[in-house]
Amino acid sequence: MLAKRIVPCLDIKDGTTVKGVNFVNFRDAGDPVELGSKYSRDGADELVYLDITASHEGRKTFTELVKKVAARISIPFTVGGGINELKDVDRLLAAGADKVSINSAALKNPKLIEDIAKNFGSQVCVVAIDAHLENGDWLCYLNGGRIPTGKRLFEWAGEAENLGAGEILFTSMTHDGVKSGYANEALAALSETLHIPIIASGGAGNCNHFRDAFTSGKADAALAASVFHFGEIAISDLKKYLSKEGINVRL
Amino acid sequence: MDVAIVKYNAGNIYSVDYALKRLGIHPVISANPEILAKADKVVFPGVGEAYTTMDYLKNNNLDSLIKNLKQPVLGICLGMQLMCRFSEEGNTECLNIFDADVKRFSPQKQEDKVPHMGWNTLNDVKSGLFSNELENQFVYFVHSYYVPVNRHTTATTDYILPFSAALQRDNFYATQFHPEKSGDVGEKILENFLRL
Repeated sequence: MLAKRIVPCLDIKDGTTVKGVNFVNFRDAGDPVELGSKYSRDGADELVYLDITASHEGRKTFTELVKKVAARISIPFTVGGGINELKDVDRLLAAGADKVSINSAALKNPKLIEDIAKNFGSQVCVVAIDAHLENGDWLCYLNGGRIPTGKRLFEWAGEAENLGAGEILFTSMTHDGVKSGYANEALAALSETLHIPIIASGGAGNCNHFRDAFTSGKADAALAASVFHFGEIAISDLKKYLSKEGINVRL
Repeated sequence: MDVAIVKYNAGNIYSVDYALKRLGIHPVISANPEILAKADKVVFPGVGEAYTTMDYLKNNNLDSLIKNLKQPVLGICLGMQLMCRFSEEGNTECLNIFDADVKRFSPQKQEDKVPHMGWNTLNDVKSGLFSNELENQFVYFVHSYYVPVNRHTTATTDYILPFSAALQRDNFYATQFHPEKSGDVGEKILENFLRL
């Protein structure tokens, strides 16, 4: 049976891991390759590396990092941040990434999804959506949640699927950072209307939250950052817990 | 040992290259018939679309070359599908190494999503690429088309229905999953191939 996936997300700036990664007895947390490798050993099913550098120089550094990750790590990884056109995708895939995640660029130019799917296959194209619940409506935001678009989550996700997205990575800005669980209702609605895998993001605070994202939220994968980076949840413990709770995970 | 990776217009060639390097092998990536024919082992990877890829292979005379290789050959993902007779993807005539056709997954329930993406288990493994301890181990899949279970099947996986996770005929080995992305289990399978 297909396993539910646990996906740690690493924010990268100038080639190093940001977001106060803080492990006891693990000095290399600032090194994205070492950290990814540790997560892989702990049982992560995939990794996401997000480039939060804005400069051209930073992009080069990130591409070099992607090569190092690909050389070292034997599980799939997705890269995102700063992907605006097909040649960015080409560069990152050639460096060894398995998938790319596009967000603002897809909202501004939905045809990019189609182009990626046609040139590299749908499986490569993860469409990331940041949305906020406002008066009962889930609305999509640009640029890391700073600029509202007026687009509705479910319409946009459906459009992305039709254009050739291989997966939807849905981050609830309403739940992100609150650590009180994922946006399970919206996740379940996405999972029930779309025909491609849904990755839950935003809101993980404890192991129950992951279980609920898979049961009530019907998500195919759950992404988290700080609970892993701060060592609040060890991936190996999380997977043992999920298995006990009857969720099919890779142990 | 000389290991060659068939170079063609498909993704994930570098992932295979990296995975072999992690095992201490330095493969040559080439579309040169002489180099491929001479290698001790040949890997035929692939992520892409069947019709355009087959077209490329034909235009570069790689189709007959691959079919006639005598050393152990490992097809991966699309590589495996192209080693079959026919693919529903683009209604493509393939290499006909394995007497089987490639079909598109048709979802039976809402939770049956296509592509089949993620980690799933190997069942009914037969020797060759697989040792017994690989039974029920998880490997990584990404695909929308599958090969039904047939007389060449050497491992199955269950998604929507049981399908061929791996095939073998004579010196031709193939996996639907990506050993190069399947962690320690995948490494073990690549090692088994290198030992053939």
